[in-house]
Amino acid sequence: MIGVGKIKQYTNVLEKPINKGKQEVSLSAFAFLFSELVQYNQTHVDNIAELERRLEDAGYAVGARVLELLCHREKLCHISWAGFESLSFPSHVWIRLFVETAIEGNRRETRLLGILSFVHSTVWKVLFGKVADSLEKGTEHEDEYMISEKELLVNRFISIPKDMGTFNCGAFVAGIVRGVLDSAGFPAVVTAHFVPVEGQQRPRTTILIKFAEEVLQREARLG
Amino acid sequence: MPPVAPRSGDAIFANVERVNAELFTLTYGAIVRQLLTDLEEVEEVNKQLDQMGYNIGVRLIDEFLAKSHVSRCVDFKETAEVIAKVGFKMFLGITATVTNWDAEGTSCSLVLEDNPLVDFVELPDTCQGLYYCNILSGVIRGALEMVSMKTEVTWVRDMLRGDDAYELQVKLLKQVPEEYPYKDDE
Repeated sequence: MIGVGKIKQYTNVLEKPINKGKQEVSLSAFAFLFSELVQYNQTHVDNIAELERRLEDAGYAVGARVLELLCHREKLCHISWAGFESLSFPSHVWIRLFVETAIEGNRRETRLLGILSFVHSTVWKVLFGKVADSLEKGTEHEDEYMISEKELLVNRFISIPKDMGTFNCGAFVAGIVRGVLDSAGFPAVVTAHFVPVEGQQRPRTTILIKFAEEVLQREARLG
Repeated sequence: MPPVAPRSGDAIFANVERVNAELFTLTYGAIVRQLLTDLEEVEEVNKQLDQMGYNIGVRLIDEFLAKSHVSRCVDFKETAEVIAKVGFKMFLGITATVTNWDAEGTSCSLVLEDNPLVDFVELPDTCQGLYYCNILSGVIRGALEMVSMKTEVTWVRDMLRGDDAYELQVKLLKQVPEEYPYKDDE
C-alpha cells in the first residue's frame, strides 16, 4: 500500500475526513472536462448507440459513488451490492457501512417513490445545484417513471449535429441515475431523450427510468 | 475607453457559475478509469491525459483572457503568478503558490495545497506510475502555447504517490513570436 513506511498526515484515504461537500469549481471547468470525455469516446466508437453506452457506463460509476457519499454524509445508511473497483472507494469501505447500519439503525430507502424522490431532489440538488424540474409516472406502462429537466447541466454547451440523430449527452446523467438506483437495490434501465417543447428552441430532456420486474414485484409485496 | 483593470481570482470566481466540486471529481475519476480500461498501459494513460489537457488548455485560454482582463504579462515570472493566483482560482477555486525560481527566471514550481481532482482517490499498486492529475499539466501547456510560449510541464511532487503536496514544474522552452498570417505584398 502506498505510504507505508513514510510519515504522512493520513495513512490511507479512508482515514481522511469527508468534507462537507460545499467546495465548488467553475461550470466551465466541468464543461471542458465533460467535452473531453465525449470527444475521447467519439474516437473510440463506430456508432451512436456505442457512444451512448460508454457515456452511460461512465455515469454509472459516478452514480454508485454519489450514493455512497450521500448516504455516508447524511447518515442514511444502506448496503451496497455493487462491487467497487480500486481507484476510488476501496472495497472494504462498504463493509464499514454495513457495520454502521447495525450500530446506528437508520432506515434506508426501500420504497420506489422514496428512492425516486431521493434521486429527483437530493441527488439532483447535490450534483446540479437544484432539484429536477419534474418527476412523473408513465401512463402507458406501470414500470416507467420520468424525470424531466428543461436543460441538463451537461448539455448546456453542447449542440448535437443533425447527422447524429437522437443522440443525447444526457446519457451520462442517465448513467448516474442508473448507478444510484442499482446500488440502492432498484435495478432499472435508464435512458435520456430529447422531447421538443412548443415555444422553446431547445428541447427539454427526459430521463426515462424503466424498473426491472423484481422491483415492481417487491413493491407490490410491500403493499 | 480606458482599459479595464485586471480582476482578482476571487472576484472572478464569485461571478462565474459554479458546480459542485464532487461532480467534477467523480467525472474526472470516471474518465481516468475509462482510460485505464481502454489503454491498460499507465504510460499511455499519462500521455492521453496530457493530450486531453492540452485540448482543454487551448480553449480555456480564451475564456481566461476574456474573463480576467489581464494585460500582456511582462515576463515569465508574471505569467506564473497570474496562472497561480487567477487561473487556478477562477476555474478550480484553489490558489497555488509559485516557488523555486531558477537563476534565469525560466523555470518555476507551482505548488497546490489542495486539489479537487483527487478527493477520495487512492492509487492501487497496479497503477503506481500513473500521474493522476496529468490533465493539469496538459492544460497549462496548451494554454501557454496559445499565448506564444512553448513550455514543458512536469510533476515534481504528487500526494497520491506519498508526497506532502502537489508540485508542478513549469519550464519555459522558448517564446514563439506570433506569425503575421498575411503576406505583405498581397
